[in-house]
Amino acid sequence: MKISIERSTLLKAVSQAQSVVERRNTIPILANVLIEADGNEVQFRATDLDIEVLDKSPAQVERAGATTVAATTLHEIVRKLPDGALVVLTADEAAGRLTVEAGRSNFTLATLPKEDFPVMASSEYETSFTAKAAVLRRLFDKSKFAISTEETRYYLNGVYMHISESDGGNVLRCVATDGHRLARIDADLPEGAAGMPGVIVPRKTVGELRKLLEDDEMDIAVSVSETKVRFATPNITLTSKVIDGTFPDYSRVIPQGNNRRLEVDAAEFAQAVDRVATVSSERSRAVKLQLGEDRLILSVNAPDSGAAEEELAVAYGDEPLEIGFNAKYLLEIATQVDRENAVFLFNSSGDPTLMREGNDTSAVYVVMPMRV
Amino acid sequence: MQALCRDCLTLSTPSRRCAHCGSRRMLAHAELSDLAIAHMDCDAFYASVEKRDNPELADKPLIIGGGRRGVVSTACYIARIRGVRSAMPMFQALKLCPEAVVLKPRMTAYAEASRSIRAMMQDLTPAIEPLSLDEAFLDLTGTARLHGAPPAVMLARLTNRMRDELGLTGSIGLSYNKFLAKVASDLDKPRGFSVIGRGDAAAFLRDRPVSLIWGIGPSAQSALERAGIRTFADLLRWERTELVARFGATGDRLWHLARGEDTRPVSADAPVKSISNETTFDADTDDTDILDGHLWRMAEKVSDRAKAKDLAGQVVTLKLKRADHSTLTRRVALRDATHMADTIYRTARGLFDRVADLGPFRLLGCGISDLVSADQADKSGDLLDPEAAQRGRAERATDAIRNRFGSDAIRKGRALR
Repeated sequence: MKISIERSTLLKAVSQAQSVVERRNTIPILANVLIEADGNEVQFRATDLDIEVLDKSPAQVERAGATTVAATTLHEIVRKLPDGALVVLTADEAAGRLTVEAGRSNFTLATLPKEDFPVMASSEYETSFTAKAAVLRRLFDKSKFAISTEETRYYLNGVYMHISESDGGNVLRCVATDGHRLARIDADLPEGAAGMPGVIVPRKTVGELRKLLEDDEMDIAVSVSETKVRFATPNITLTSKVIDGTFPDYSRVIPQGNNRRLEVDAAEFAQAVDRVATVSSERSRAVKLQLGEDRLILSVNAPDSGAAEEELAVAYGDEPLEIGFNAKYLLEIATQVDRENAVFLFNSSGDPTLMREGNDTSAVYVVMPMRV
Repeated sequence: MQALCRDCLTLSTPSRRCAHCGSRRMLAHAELSDLAIAHMDCDAFYASVEKRDNPELADKPLIIGGGRRGVVSTACYIARIRGVRSAMPMFQALKLCPEAVVLKPRMTAYAEASRSIRAMMQDLTPAIEPLSLDEAFLDLTGTARLHGAPPAVMLARLTNRMRDELGLTGSIGLSYNKFLAKVASDLDKPRGFSVIGRGDAAAFLRDRPVSLIWGIGPSAQSALERAGIRTFADLLRWERTELVARFGATGDRLWHLARGEDTRPVSADAPVKSISNETTFDADTDDTDILDGHLWRMAEKVSDRAKAKDLAGQVVTLKLKRADHSTLTRRVALRDATHMADTIYRTARGLFDRVADLGPFRLLGCGISDLVSADQADKSGDLLDPEAAQRGRAERATDAIRNRFGSDAIRKGRALR
């Protein structure tokens, strides 16, 4: 194999590959990226056995062929090459070497045979549809903060993407929760998505997917089966196993009868929470919200380190209420609000609280209070 | 140099026999009247209590342990001559000493004896740091004037009182810090009294193995050995910075210990770092129902102790021992510290489910660590488990009933499995 490829094109492909490969793995081939050159195109493929990413880039192929080489090393080399360089990759299959040449730089890397590389079995997808990158970005960006890291409830370690009913129609919905907070984000049902099986997209896949969604207008082809999900742009295909488990029935978690309504400027609220939480050094910083007629007092009392209080003008007309929350959780949901005021709906100091943006129910957050 | 007669407690000049009473139990040391940190360790404590309470056992080898399958908690000195040691699996102990009498521990009797000894120690000093039922550090600094006698005399009197009033014996280590006091108490067991002074610490330690240090187990030992450290003399060749670089905080401690330095105070209430309970079964089992019953009982015991101490744990640990004696431990950090039996049990059960197929098991234990004060516990609920709050209330109600009517007044069904 011998190819010439533009440095920036190569860097993009290799950096996607190196973020997929598992750094601490015991199977050497899994640290490698499979490079296959044919026609006027070169393919870069990397996997951790759960996720596979395939990048197709244009290149000048002098001699077709394939090899595998350590993804992180190749990435480091390409990253350090000068911008605009033309990189020549030459594989010597017999010697098990790949040379990387750019200008006066010359590197030789050990390779492993392409036959050893595990290519993810292709599967039948039950549902395929197309969605704009901006739509998928909103669905995953607004829900991913609530993904759990708890190993015992592994079925919470991802975003549950499924079709659900809302206001009489069907929507494409993403839900994530760790038992302390929950995010439920809806988007208009894309054409062809009806009948899609619900799947739990793993945290790492969500992270990799994000890199495909930078261009708002890009069409993303989404394919879903019971066991796999695939997101594809014309150049990049991301295939991932989904988490084999049942996502809990979240609908009973979303409070329906909360009617104490607080409306507040989300940015002001977030800044105030952040400020008062500074005095506490505990692992879970608790912020107390004291609600009275059109005013909100935020306070933190950390006996060992200090106390803080801040008052905000808000819209609140119900009975006074005192309720505590983990500061981090409050901040995370408040920063999801970007257009209108944040609307909080409380019940009592022991019950879950609901938050949404204005009256928009297409993005709903639930957070569990904390004893203060 | 001064000498103490351990029988009549008179101080005199060193000689083979006491000039006062003729006893041979003489203890001589240049710093005898200057040292004040002591470690008292009862001799074969559980076995001695049993022999005291049942004189027929007096000249028989006696092993205290959890049934025929557990491990040896204590072996009397007759059994020790045959090679039986604490923590040895019972089957192995019985192979070495087949005629041994094996008794299950009677913890209430030992706790009672321990309380009596503790009361006698209280007469010497309030600065007592118990390590377990049968051993404790004592700091007698500044008590000489109060007692009208130096610490060495008071400590000899303590073991004599234990022997005369309780029928139990103990060994004393006397030195100028905890590390050396503990080492000393082990030198002359049983009924021993050993002294390590500032003047002889260096010579004493030089050729001893570093495994002498409490907390240096087999794995730390082999790590040290890889660095060429076997004895204290080896340790002395290392720069402090080198030891720290290689072994972290332990390295710093080793550097000091090698020089006979240990500044840890004898503290009456040393902070608890973890709370755990474990049990060895009568027969290996992979029956999930039986194991679940054990798990609940262990969780409940841990919870009871945590609640009694007003503590809660941020981390839950599950420990299992398989039939081949290999140990499995699994731990998980909780979002919210807890001392609720229900939460400890459910968390440990989640850990157990992932290793359940590695059975059969011979031992199961669980515990909590990363302890925080109880008012930091269980502060937030779980969205996905709305019944948790109700179970919490049920547990508090159960606790109230058990506090009033005894711990067996109300039990969960699963505790009976």
